[in-house]
Amino acid sequence: MSGSRARDEILARVRRSLGDVPAGDEVVVDWTYAQPTPLHSVLDTFEENILDYGASLSRVSPDDVGRAVAAALRGMGAGSVVIPADLPAGWLQGWDDLPVVVDSGDLSARDLDAIDAVVTGSLVSGAETGTICLDHGAGQGRRAISLVPDRHVCVVTARSVVSDIPEAVAVLEASVRQGRPVTWISGGSATSDIELSRVEGVHGPRQLHVVLVV
Amino acid sequence: MTRLTPAPDLPAFLGMPPFPEAAPAGLANATQRANLTHATRTIRTKRAVRASEVSNWDDLRTAGMQIRNRALRNLDQYLVQAEQAMTEAGVTVHWARDADEANRIVVDLVRAKQADEVIKIKSMVTQEIDLNEALEAAGVAAWETDLAELIVQLGHDRPSHILVPAIHRNRTEVRDIFRAEMGQWGRPAPDDLTDDPAVLAEAARLHLREKFLRAKVAISGGNFIVAETGTLVIVESEGNGRMCLTLPETLISVVGIEKIVPTFADLEVMLRLLPRSSTGERMNPYTSFITGVTSGDGPQERHVVLLDNGRTNVLADEVGRAALRCIRCSACLNVCPVYERVGGHAYGSVYPGPIGAILTPQLRGLDSPVDRALPFASSLCGACNDVCPVRIPISDILVHLRGKVVEHKTATHPTPESIAFAAVASTMASSRRLGLVQRGSELVGRALGLVGRRRLPRLPWPASLWLRDRDLAAPAKQTFRDWWRQRERGERP
Repeated sequence: MSGSRARDEILARVRRSLGDVPAGDEVVVDWTYAQPTPLHSVLDTFEENILDYGASLSRVSPDDVGRAVAAALRGMGAGSVVIPADLPAGWLQGWDDLPVVVDSGDLSARDLDAIDAVVTGSLVSGAETGTICLDHGAGQGRRAISLVPDRHVCVVTARSVVSDIPEAVAVLEASVRQGRPVTWISGGSATSDIELSRVEGVHGPRQLHVVLVV
Repeated sequence: MTRLTPAPDLPAFLGMPPFPEAAPAGLANATQRANLTHATRTIRTKRAVRASEVSNWDDLRTAGMQIRNRALRNLDQYLVQAEQAMTEAGVTVHWARDADEANRIVVDLVRAKQADEVIKIKSMVTQEIDLNEALEAAGVAAWETDLAELIVQLGHDRPSHILVPAIHRNRTEVRDIFRAEMGQWGRPAPDDLTDDPAVLAEAARLHLREKFLRAKVAISGGNFIVAETGTLVIVESEGNGRMCLTLPETLISVVGIEKIVPTFADLEVMLRLLPRSSTGERMNPYTSFITGVTSGDGPQERHVVLLDNGRTNVLADEVGRAALRCIRCSACLNVCPVYERVGGHAYGSVYPGPIGAILTPQLRGLDSPVDRALPFASSLCGACNDVCPVRIPISDILVHLRGKVVEHKTATHPTPESIAFAAVASTMASSRRLGLVQRGSELVGRALGLVGRRRLPRLPWPASLWLRDRDLAAPAKQTFRDWWRQRERGERP
């Protein structure tokens, strides 16, 4: 098979090109991994950076999550919503009058395109960059449901917020080793492709609301 | 034959004139120059602010350099490790020695899916191999979904910047392109289209949505592949990347063999360096990490094409190989005074600016005048070295490559100057020959009465040409060796 010939030839070229590099060469990386970034307040920094991206955020107590989610959906003008089948009970309250679609994996992209909003949880978030990380596990749904609808309400628990990317990467390593897909979300979708002026909202959800549970 | 996608007007990059001939056209384009000045100033200010927010930014750059060096200096092992991890996770791995082989693999995969169109994530490597035209020739329409790439594609244009391929276009030009072209290739632009960037982005959203929803096959590049887990990392802003990575049944990713990082933990360094250096943001809106195939989520068939296409030639050069550390942030373009004035097209290279000037001639070799001109497309001011997140010594490599260009030229076409300097080099390499020549020049100098003069008088042609802008010292009264012997004997020289 020509594929394995190409493989062998490329690997042989690589080895030839590295003829000057001693066998077992290990470049030392002067870096201590998974360290926290010192911040005056992790939650305040997280909130500031979420707002800086043009997204919105509400801080609520655990009992108020359902009401805050419904209020956010109404505030975004959503008339319909999709949720993962295992979204914690109580995260959507006071929404009885409007359609809620529960995703069990059979909705097509076109079905999702006809739904206004999505509600998901999240795994870990980094404050210093305002980044929310989903591993599409419990309460987060498959990737398509948090992508195609135009409005995303994302529930973030205070204890899942870490200072910065290094700590978040350390948490996510277990998910990746299980083969889970991971998505980082830092604000709504945006582009700077026209004269480098930032425009919020292209293909991903154009509105992001974070419900921070403290 | 009717085109499936808009035809690029400019020739493929190698058909373009070398930089010194192409640069005046870029310089003379006042609109482009104004667009570039505005855009590069904006972005380099943002980069500086975001870099200064990180207290140990320079340590982070050093770690980024070391991680990339570690990957490159053990590249064969990491490639094998990555291949194994990807294969175990359900990805089919292909290897391509050059552009033609990569294009053939992709075309065959798309045909096997019986798809007549594909959606694409912005990817430098697929520009490098001109994949879109290979697909077009095979009857497959390749749709660019990044906003700037869409502007370039609909504008029958070529990219001029690594990160913002349409940086040479302003909002009014974009509006005109959308009005004229969108309707010919899909959903037309709204009748009331203005040149407000938000309105233009909305038009792109509507135009592309139908393509996202129906596509069966997507094609991506890749920012990183993690050797230990086989994870493909895609960094983007608009969500077009997530659409391509999530909705189609099949995902084909073409990735240069140098894009490896050893461990997942290394991403904490690379993913802090990249967005701050490229778009000047703390973090780009979306980053996707895909490891193999996940049942019930995203494409159920995945292929990764690992591409050489000259990268092993770069790796063979002990000085030049540092260019392979590049993570395509484009910070070097945005600070470059040459790039800012002439624009990206003049480089005749998919990779323009300072990184292009060192990467392209190494990837493609020095056989074409376009590539021989590139190491000279710089003032060597060194601003690029200071912003590079992986500390590539760009100006050192430029100088190194200038030397190789001169060697390449004189090896094929010797000039009187190169012959003379070859003789000088041979003389100075041997103590005995140097002694003889010094003695000879002293004798000739005395015979001609030149000794003691400060400069040589006018010499006849062709030496007169060479000396028009140079001063040559007259032969000395005494050679250094004689002076030294005299001094050792205790005589006053």
